[in-house]
Amino acid sequence: MDNDERLMLAKQLVEHLEAGNEAEATHVSSLLTEGVESKLFLEVGRLTRELHEAINEFLLDPRINEMAQVEIPDASERLTYVITMTEKSANTTLGAVEAGLPLADDLGVKARAISEQWERFCNRELSVDDFRELSRELGGFLALTTERSKQLHGHLTEVLMAQDFQDLTGQIIRQVITLVHDVEDKLVQLVRISGSKLPEKQKDAKKLEGPVIPGIDQGDTVSGQDDVDDLLSSLGF
Amino acid sequence: MNKNMKILIVDDFSTMRRIIKNLLRDLGFTNTQEADDGNTALPMLQSGNFDFLVTDWNMPGMTGIDLLKAVRADPNLVKLPVLMVTAESKREQIIEAAQAGVNGYVVKPFTAVTLEEKISKIFERVGS
Repeated sequence: MDNDERLMLAKQLVEHLEAGNEAEATHVSSLLTEGVESKLFLEVGRLTRELHEAINEFLLDPRINEMAQVEIPDASERLTYVITMTEKSANTTLGAVEAGLPLADDLGVKARAISEQWERFCNRELSVDDFRELSRELGGFLALTTERSKQLHGHLTEVLMAQDFQDLTGQIIRQVITLVHDVEDKLVQLVRISGSKLPEKQKDAKKLEGPVIPGIDQGDTVSGQDDVDDLLSSLGF
Repeated sequence: MNKNMKILIVDDFSTMRRIIKNLLRDLGFTNTQEADDGNTALPMLQSGNFDFLVTDWNMPGMTGIDLLKAVRADPNLVKLPVLMVTAESKREQIIEAAQAGVNGYVVKPFTAVTLEEKISKIFERVGS
């Protein structure tokens, strides 16, 4: 519709309105706005179709389904297994250490007792009977040392073997990290489709953050025990 | 420092309790008991004549900070020395613990030396 046509229609509209012809006026005014409305409808239609297609595409993406139904439940299982493995390893290690410490202590106590006698022997303070006693004790001590070192070796090997969790849990955690990245990508896509802006991220100040992890913003944290001590002493501790 | 003092170790992870127990034993403290959260610990403290409490912060059930507050609110326990051993390392949390009346604060991961240092410092201050 060009300008002249519109001008003509506008004039007609004024005439009809002045004459009080309601029906004619409505008809002419709808003719006037027809072009504009149909353009708007077309645009809305196009956008709706695009959105619909984008959502469909998203929903039909086999990765999403796979992630939701298989990989995320799997990831929970995997991470639970990591906890189980690390706990088992810690317990094995602690058990071996707890079994080993008294063995080491035992050797130390016996060696100290014998070295007192040995010193007396070196200073020629021992009687023949005392020396016989000392030799007997030394023999016993050497046998005990052989036995204890074998046991300690066994416990240390247990500790060594218990470290195998690092390799296995490392592999599992790496798989989960890959999944988290994929999920992140899909979420960003989803946010983009919906066209909404991401709100400013907020951290819950009351939430317990647990261990400090390098590279993650966990709020105002201390960097170690020295920092804690400084903070406490500034509070009068 | 009385090496026979009765110590309660509170942490939801049994391995951490074992580590602390072993470190304490190494320092000569053998009279230790364990609890896995504040809800288990509080009745033990109320009926057990404990001389010292070592507690984690983040535990299911009753957390360490709530346990600390409950201890300070109990007239029989108000003077019980409390050492917090926790991974929580936000400044405002350390301040919160200090205001709640904690006697020492050790962040995980920690060393045997740090633990010994904090314990002796606490009893120096309590004793003086």
